[in-house]
Amino acid sequence: MTPFLQMSGISKRFGGTQALRSVDLTADSGEVHAIVGENGAGKSTISRILTGAVQSDAGQIRLDGKLQYVTSPLIGQQLGIRMVAQHANLVPNLSVAENVLLGAMPTGRFGWWIDMAAAHRQVEQILESIGFEGINVRRRASRLSAAQRQVVEIAKAVSVKPRILIMDEPSAVLAQDDLTKLFTLIRRLREQNVLIFYISHRLDELYAIADRVTVLKDGALVGTVDPRETQRDELIRLMVGRPLQDIFPRRVWQAGADILSVNSLSRTGVFENVSFTVAQGEIVGVYGLVGSGRTEVARCIFGADRAESGEMRVSGRAYRPRSPRDALRAGIAMLTEDRASDGLVLGLSIRDNMSLASFAAVSRMGVIDRRTQSELVQAKAREVDVRPPNIERPVGKLSGGNQQKVVLAKWLLTNARLLLLDEPTRGVDVAAKKEIYTAIGHLAQQGMGILLISSDLPEILGMCDRMLVMREGRLVGEFSSEEATEENVLACASGGGKGTHAH
Amino acid sequence: MHTEGGAARFRAWWFAGGEPRLGALDLGLMLGFVALLLAGAWFAEAFFTERNMSNLMRQVVANGLISLGMLLVILTGGIDLSVGSVVALGGVLFAGIADQLGIGPALLVAVSAGAFAGFVNGTIIARFKLQSFIITLATMGIVRGCVFLYTEVPISPSHSAFRDLGATLIGVVPLSMMIMLACYALVWFYLNRTPAGRATVAIGGNEETVRLAGINVQRTVATAYMLSGALSALSGAILVSRLGIAQPSLGFAYELDAIAACVIGGAALGGGGGSVGGTLFGVLTLGVINNLLNLVGVKSFYQDIVKGAVIIVAVLLVETKRRKK
Repeated sequence: MTPFLQMSGISKRFGGTQALRSVDLTADSGEVHAIVGENGAGKSTISRILTGAVQSDAGQIRLDGKLQYVTSPLIGQQLGIRMVAQHANLVPNLSVAENVLLGAMPTGRFGWWIDMAAAHRQVEQILESIGFEGINVRRRASRLSAAQRQVVEIAKAVSVKPRILIMDEPSAVLAQDDLTKLFTLIRRLREQNVLIFYISHRLDELYAIADRVTVLKDGALVGTVDPRETQRDELIRLMVGRPLQDIFPRRVWQAGADILSVNSLSRTGVFENVSFTVAQGEIVGVYGLVGSGRTEVARCIFGADRAESGEMRVSGRAYRPRSPRDALRAGIAMLTEDRASDGLVLGLSIRDNMSLASFAAVSRMGVIDRRTQSELVQAKAREVDVRPPNIERPVGKLSGGNQQKVVLAKWLLTNARLLLLDEPTRGVDVAAKKEIYTAIGHLAQQGMGILLISSDLPEILGMCDRMLVMREGRLVGEFSSEEATEENVLACASGGGKGTHAH
Repeated sequence: MHTEGGAARFRAWWFAGGEPRLGALDLGLMLGFVALLLAGAWFAEAFFTERNMSNLMRQVVANGLISLGMLLVILTGGIDLSVGSVVALGGVLFAGIADQLGIGPALLVAVSAGAFAGFVNGTIIARFKLQSFIITLATMGIVRGCVFLYTEVPISPSHSAFRDLGATLIGVVPLSMMIMLACYALVWFYLNRTPAGRATVAIGGNEETVRLAGINVQRTVATAYMLSGALSALSGAILVSRLGIAQPSLGFAYELDAIAACVIGGAALGGGGGSVGGTLFGVLTLGVINNLLNLVGVKSFYQDIVKGAVIIVAVLLVETKRRKK
């Protein structure tokens, strides 16, 4: 019997990164097929190739044995392939109902106008049928929470009765009870003979829902296994390719004086009453679902946004940053979550990007001293091991890992004492990840304080001396590295258990 | 031995960014330019005469200076539609006060007025994060109106040195051309060797990155518009000096040729690309086309059609290449 979906020899390259290397994947209708792997393993890429959002460089896709060329999202949709993306792609200024029915709004007589009342009824029914009633269908998408947006995306995908439904890390934004509803929905869709791809890196979920698990690593297929016959440890070994602890640097942490102390920091509607400290040489992790307010706290510390109340101190002195300039002056730097959108100027060289935040150090009387600049940039590039080490190369041509090293080097050149890292290894391959961890370890060893925000739990557990957990804008738990386990941190983040002291 | 080292050094410099400084497309466009010159020599006997060359150089100065300012603004991701009006402002003011103040001070006042107009543009745009297209469209009207408030009739000053700026020749090369080239050199230095200049280029590529790097984005952007205003006013002063008379309607629709020159030179509207050398090339190309068509006696509306076609072809070539990357 031919399987419903056969993907064979799928390869894809993005600039300097080989995202997929000749991956073969087969799956059947009425199956929940999990795809797992670390960040940058190629999970999202293979899904996007299946939906037609990107085209593979090589390989074939067969549905029911018939060769298909999914060269655009439209063709993908016509074939009944739908994806619930990790970052919801809703039109912010349209209502929930309009978003769900985009392009298929019910019309009145002769199709001359849109029947809004019918649209609202229809979408309310859809939401109810998938078990997520209680979202106001008239509300604008821009005013929804991250979790609600994800639900709307799911409703949109399910409303067209797809044959293949791909879900890209839905649990990154959904809290526990929503996730339970989602699993109920998935089981029902499976009964209706839909093929569901479930992308996640949380093993608990896979064991709860998946019929088969395909493991990707560095863009290559490691294998497809049956979760009922595969132990957890075995699955982790397949994903990472080596025992986890090997990629994290070993270091000895000695508590120094506090560099940063944050006291009851709040920003209306974003986070509330957040207090913590970061000491010299300490790596403090912040874990939480997307939308829990962790990035926003860091942005306020960096002066990119402003907190409305609460106070901060840097080395004991009052600190009220009004812009990133103030933060840099106080010795605080921030590596932002999205390299391309706010970390780098892709068209400019490594030289320009690295010295962007430290022009003052390399110029005299308003003119850049190219020799000093070259020396500083080259030394730093060597330190973080940027490859190739040609500082005139545009950063757009570097691989993700090397781009991230450039951003890191940029902040190191500012002589910061406190480094805020927001998802420093997202979209970076394992080898580069290890190098970035090593660099972070060195920095801490030299006495720099580090706040590491990540949704990669092994990363937080492996790197941090202490970890904070945020949920819905509040600090809900704090764990020392000894007491933290994958289970209790996750439970705390999604509303279950508690850390040693809840605020 | 020495030359070998030289060749190696040149190669290192030429391929410093991992690819040649001028790609096949750039060289192709340059060949096109040479072909244009050859066509000129073939079709118009008067083209390669000393007199016409001097003329050609004088003619390109006006657009050359405006385009240079436009480039600065385009690099930040904006556009400056007010340049034509600022040309009139600079020209009329220069002519209007040259008799009382003398040439030097009059020039200074005119250029400062242009810089001020640009500063206002840039400050409003950067401070309130407004669209440059709209704001400069508005100031285009405001400045033009002010120029007509100042004078409704053409001004032709009697100062003996009034025409020096635009008309003086040093050998075959006009003084105004040298001023223009000096401005190009200065702006090149600004963009490539100063923190503010590198920030200007970076802002067009990714403004948020620059802001998070602790750079004063507002001041950098305002400076770009200010320089654009100053260069446009200088262009206006040189222009009226060359013509001997300052019309309040001077510079009408000049923004279009300036944008065209930047785009032919590889600048990306919306920021993220463009160079001083490329813009100079764009200015010369447009200048030669205009000059040639004039010499051959083609009516001006045909000239517009040809120029339009050249712009489309150049942009098509440049953009297709950029997207392939």
